[in-house]
Amino acid sequence: MHIKHICTAALATLAASALAIAEPKPAGGTVSGKVTYEGTPAKMKPIDMSKEPSCAKMYSTPPLAETVVTGTGNSLENVVVYISAGAPDDPAPSTAAVFTQKGCRYIPHVLALQVNQEIKIANEDQTSHNIHPLPKLNREWNKSQPPGTPPITEKYDKSEIFPVKCNVHPWMHGNFAVLKNSHYAVTGDGGGFSLANLPPGKYTVTAWHEAYGEQTQDVTISGTETKTVNFVFKAKPY
Amino acid sequence: MLNIKISKICLNVAVALILPAAISAQQADQAAAAKPNPHMESHIGDLTGHSEAGADLYYRYCWGCHGARGNGDGENAPWVTPTPRNFVTATFKCRSTPTGTLPLDSDIYDAMTRGFITTNMPSWAALTSQNRADLVAFIKTFSARWVTDKAGDPVTVPPEPALTLDSIKHGKTLFQKLECWKCHGPEGRGDGPSASTLTDSNDQPIKPYNFYTGYRFKCGTTNSDLYKIFMTGLDGTPMPSFADVVKPEEAWDLVHYLRTLQIWHKSPELTLWEGTPEGAAIVKAERVRNTYTGNPIRP
Repeated sequence: MHIKHICTAALATLAASALAIAEPKPAGGTVSGKVTYEGTPAKMKPIDMSKEPSCAKMYSTPPLAETVVTGTGNSLENVVVYISAGAPDDPAPSTAAVFTQKGCRYIPHVLALQVNQEIKIANEDQTSHNIHPLPKLNREWNKSQPPGTPPITEKYDKSEIFPVKCNVHPWMHGNFAVLKNSHYAVTGDGGGFSLANLPPGKYTVTAWHEAYGEQTQDVTISGTETKTVNFVFKAKPY
Repeated sequence: MLNIKISKICLNVAVALILPAAISAQQADQAAAAKPNPHMESHIGDLTGHSEAGADLYYRYCWGCHGARGNGDGENAPWVTPTPRNFVTATFKCRSTPTGTLPLDSDIYDAMTRGFITTNMPSWAALTSQNRADLVAFIKTFSARWVTDKAGDPVTVPPEPALTLDSIKHGKTLFQKLECWKCHGPEGRGDGPSASTLTDSNDQPIKPYNFYTGYRFKCGTTNSDLYKIFMTGLDGTPMPSFADVVKPEEAWDLVHYLRTLQIWHKSPELTLWEGTPEGAAIVKAERVRNTYTGNPIRP
């Protein structure tokens, strides 16, 4: 009888944990903060698109390279902030991440998405592009996309951040950040980010910038509190 | 007795509940930490290659450039451009499989046999076919991708349609429309507006193919090899795959036109093209222009 009791208790616990998985995620804690820089960032050069007149004519003044984009209050844009450790892997969302080639530039410049999430790559230009992502862990492919052709859909099965380029237009340069869980953000003007729905626990938050590298901070969340984590990158003048 | 029975049932149920979770975690770990398999085989026609036999050959003939660990950093590598193939990334130029997929064993075997023209990779046809099959097997021990992935499904090359003038002319339009000329140049001389900026995936400068030279292509000599090149792309280089944007009959039209750009290389396409006033004028002008500054080519 004694064993039976233990057994029932154990099964009940297991069943409970199984149920917990099935239930929608309870609202957890949040990690939020701001990404800024200190020092003087390099001046971004205007892009010479004269070799591609169909794109050049879309701009009244030549657009600037987007390797370093800064915003108000010394904020740093295009930084991927994500939970790199402590959170379980999430299944890929059913919505596709969209990556558009427009005016011979990539929109967005940094595309963050999840492992096995669909990427839809569209060409809205009047010229042919070739999409050439350069991963090291994932498979490398290279596809041509002439104007008016349907979007290319692809996905990546390993977590990795890597550059994307177009060989025809050497100034075109972007990044894919393929991440394991859904707790991520890419900073815009203001540099703010907020990673929500984090169950209590210990996490590592990573901030990645294409020119200034990577920084990590550990944070412990209990209950539904909001913890502030700020990142300051050292700007390089060249 | 009853206790034992219940405990057994309990155990079974518990195992059934726990096991799926345990397996999926294990699978995830395996996927993350997949290791290359040191024992590989290759299958090329009736030949079966063995990596154990290939190892001895590799450390005699190949490692000087491709490196002891197959990552392309051999003793000679700093003097070699384009840089020797890195077998750890398992990205291969000459495939019969779609872009981003592993090649067939026979693709690597053929590349090794052919060598890579205009590079430091010679033809290894002097080795026996068994030797080459063994080397293919050994090359596959450098990357875990040969364990986790399967080779892609080969691109089907439909029979070449009869050569017509319309086919050449349509190919000429496609050459413009697909913007092949951006890299390969308006006359196919490898001097398009983007040509000077091209780099391969190792960030090394790389030249687009110059049709004027009439050299054989990197991945073969025949029309169907040329067809395959733009349907598969040359992975690791700027040459993309056109498989999703070009129909098979269009690809053949392009093949026919590209042959007419090889103006010192006799072909049925060139003969037909030169038989027309338009074609004759273009070819003549190109021959007279003769501005190519690379290796001298004798007519």
